[in-house]
Amino acid sequence: MLSKEQIKHIATLARLELSEAEELKYSQELSNILNYIDKLSQVNTDKVLITSQIGGLVNSWREDRVKPWDKDEVALALAQGETSGGQVKVKRVL
Amino acid sequence: MELNRLNIQEARAKLDSGEISARELTEACLEQIAATSERLNAVLTLCTETARQEADEADKRLKNGERQPLLGIPYLCKDNIMTKGIRTTAASKILENYIAPYDATVIRKLKAAGAILLGKTNLDEFAHGASTENSAYGPTKNPWDLSRVPGGSSGGSAAGVAADLCIFAIGSDTGGSIRYPAAFCGVVGYKSAYGAVSRSGLLSMTSSTDVIGPITKTVADAALVYNEISGLDELDATTYPGPRLVEFKSEIKGLKIGLPKEYFVDGLDPEIKASIERVKDELTAAGATFGEVSLPYTEYGIPVYYIITPSEVSSNLARFDGVAWGFKAEEAGGLQEFYKKSRGQGFGPEAKRRIMLGTFALSAGYFEAYYKKAQAVRTLICQDFSKAFSEFDLLLTPTSPHPAFKIGEISNDPLAMYLEDIYVTGASLAGLPAISIPSGLVNRDGKSLPIAGQLIAPRGFENKLFSAASVWENKIKIDKNNFI
Repeated sequence: MLSKEQIKHIATLARLELSEAEELKYSQELSNILNYIDKLSQVNTDKVLITSQIGGLVNSWREDRVKPWDKDEVALALAQGETSGGQVKVKRVL
Repeated sequence: MELNRLNIQEARAKLDSGEISARELTEACLEQIAATSERLNAVLTLCTETARQEADEADKRLKNGERQPLLGIPYLCKDNIMTKGIRTTAASKILENYIAPYDATVIRKLKAAGAILLGKTNLDEFAHGASTENSAYGPTKNPWDLSRVPGGSSGGSAAGVAADLCIFAIGSDTGGSIRYPAAFCGVVGYKSAYGAVSRSGLLSMTSSTDVIGPITKTVADAALVYNEISGLDELDATTYPGPRLVEFKSEIKGLKIGLPKEYFVDGLDPEIKASIERVKDELTAAGATFGEVSLPYTEYGIPVYYIITPSEVSSNLARFDGVAWGFKAEEAGGLQEFYKKSRGQGFGPEAKRRIMLGTFALSAGYFEAYYKKAQAVRTLICQDFSKAFSEFDLLLTPTSPHPAFKIGEISNDPLAMYLEDIYVTGASLAGLPAISIPSGLVNRDGKSLPIAGQLIAPRGFENKLFSAASVWENKIKIDKNNFI
């Protein structure tokens, strides 16, 4: 069972604001899911290599060259947040 | 003849002979979308004006004698794929007003091929789900029975093809999200091999299993669309110059097909089991041979998937911080508070659940026990398939344990929803090509509902997969009542 403190800690790591009701709900649901997932501990994987990529590719190289970025793409991409002097504006940090 | 009911090959013949125009075909689809939108809720954004322009452009190209497989064919696309200048929401409130600044590679390819984008389809928010109930814009209904789910997460695309809102649709499949709704809606769903189709412009969910693929009315149509969208792409370093399905034949003499015994256990609907027996009999009559095979790590597929997926989801969704695009919380003071409020208010319940689960699984002290453990068991699951394919050319399985369930029936039980993916996560974790094909109809509460089976192939053997799928489709047809 995940405690309320653990849920609060995870929510902080994930940058998610949760209500009290959500904290309670996720502590129960996540605990149920983790109980089920714990069946993985039955499998002996001492000598098994992990799989992080399944395409069979080893390295995928391409030339490192600069290409122009379409002006309308730039405009659309930057039009959706607050900008100032061509820079994306963020909230104060401190 | 209602033109929107045509499949790609039928529409192709009529367009090429000049019997119909791309504009007429497009209007027929737009009419059907309008006539059914309130009942189905399959389409989130309609592209009426651009679709008409693209149709007129296709008609010009056709008049000039140009002939291409998808020239003038209207389609719908799942709304987690970027479409330049068009709203792309991932069915999330956090992207409610987001306009994609560029086209995904598949969209770019379909545009060049002359296909016509009709609109963007509903899904479970960020493709998290198996029923399309997790959409911030309300659930899509199953056209066979409006009180039931269409399956998910590509539920809008599958319902759209089943109800003839389009000639074909594009979906994405991370752990069954093309095959499972295709099964519930009685259409063909093809999950390509990992890396065969570029993921550039697909909103990332589980980067190590995400693929894009077609949902179509026929097996041949799935091959046509796959041929257009697959191939090496420098914008996705996991793509490979795989063989394209130039041709396949409805010929399976000598093909060896395995039936994984772990897939035919308690919990599988007896009518689905019987329908797979019938598929086996028909394919045997056509010259294939069958044998039992064991995939002993099958029972660990769901636990592995539900560690790997939330972990990669929590990382991929970290980019939605409210700063450069997307939903912004109004009342926040500092930056941290702004992040927490924007994300807390912008994401829906299942996205938050997966972010929480994944953040936990990747956090200090738990990473080895969860994520790395799941990656190790994933290796064993991949090895199961490799061993099976040393004996057999293909595997035959059910796609879902039962036909479409009622809206709201299991939506309050996240674990029960995760277990729905039991027959479809294996091929995703191993990156294998797999196709879902209707295997019959069953009666539930006085309504006909489709059921389906799945064929899985080793990478690079897509031709065999499509050959067997094509024979299957010729032998077992489901009567599509034009329900809606």
